[in-house]
Amino acid sequence: MYAWITKYASPRYAYNLACRLTPWFAWSAALLFIAGLYGGLVYAPPDYQQGDGFRIIYVHVPAAWMSLFTYMVMAGAGAAGLIWKTKVSDAVARNCAPLGAAFTFLALCTGSLWGKPMWGTYWVWDARLTSELILLFLYLGYMALQSAIEEKRTAARAGAVLALVGVVNIPIIHYSVIWWNTLHQGPTITLTGAPTMATSMLIPLLIMTLAYMCYFGAVLLVRVRVDILAQERNSTWVREVVAEAGG
Amino acid sequence: MGNITAFLAMGGYARFVWPAYGLTLLVLTANVMLPLWRERALRRRLRRRHNQERA
Repeated sequence: MYAWITKYASPRYAYNLACRLTPWFAWSAALLFIAGLYGGLVYAPPDYQQGDGFRIIYVHVPAAWMSLFTYMVMAGAGAAGLIWKTKVSDAVARNCAPLGAAFTFLALCTGSLWGKPMWGTYWVWDARLTSELILLFLYLGYMALQSAIEEKRTAARAGAVLALVGVVNIPIIHYSVIWWNTLHQGPTITLTGAPTMATSMLIPLLIMTLAYMCYFGAVLLVRVRVDILAQERNSTWVREVVAEAGG
Repeated sequence: MGNITAFLAMGGYARFVWPAYGLTLLVLTANVMLPLWRERALRRRLRRRHNQERA
């Protein structure tokens, strides 16, 4: 087990793997985005209550889901870094934060643009919106912590602890619309029940979600490989990689 | 033409739908470009240092 982790978590191996995997994620994301945008903006019929305004769902819901998913990846990689002390898991964790913050920011902004015509306000302090805003602050706090601590290992350890403590916010966000009486609507799609949404509207949403997942994978891989290159800049293999590229 | 105008009007919700999509496009594109630029700058810096050491 330990030998297996050491091999896959070696920066050189992870760098090569990231380089090889990036195009697969990037091309999948590009194709899924084209299909999802066509599906969401053209193919899906207007909603009987919200008209064409509901189409914001195709950028809002995937961003909101990814804001939670990215946080779990960040906390998971942080925990792996605490347990196995692997440099690569630290790199994964710290490179999740800006992406997660971007998804959270998008979820809040697109939600606000959706709230104005449907609820009559850009913002309300209800449980779902407030807990999502706290998630944004968790990401920003994590990033501030990373840049405040000079030593990378210490920064990663402190960040992992912060991320793990912040995990309590994730179920709060998820169940906020059930636990509290919120303006935000309840879940349309759940893992257990049938979705309360027409198939022609649901399929583009699922495609967009897959697109966001692949996008996240591609950008995270690029970020991690740049991070590894910078961390390992004095090692022989990085010199070889840089020299190979020519110029 | 009428089809395109109707599409852009988004049933009267154009000023909410398009900013949401536009902002998403902007933020997602920036998140792709920034690490790629950083990678290019880093590789250039490392290569220059590498060449200096060999010379």
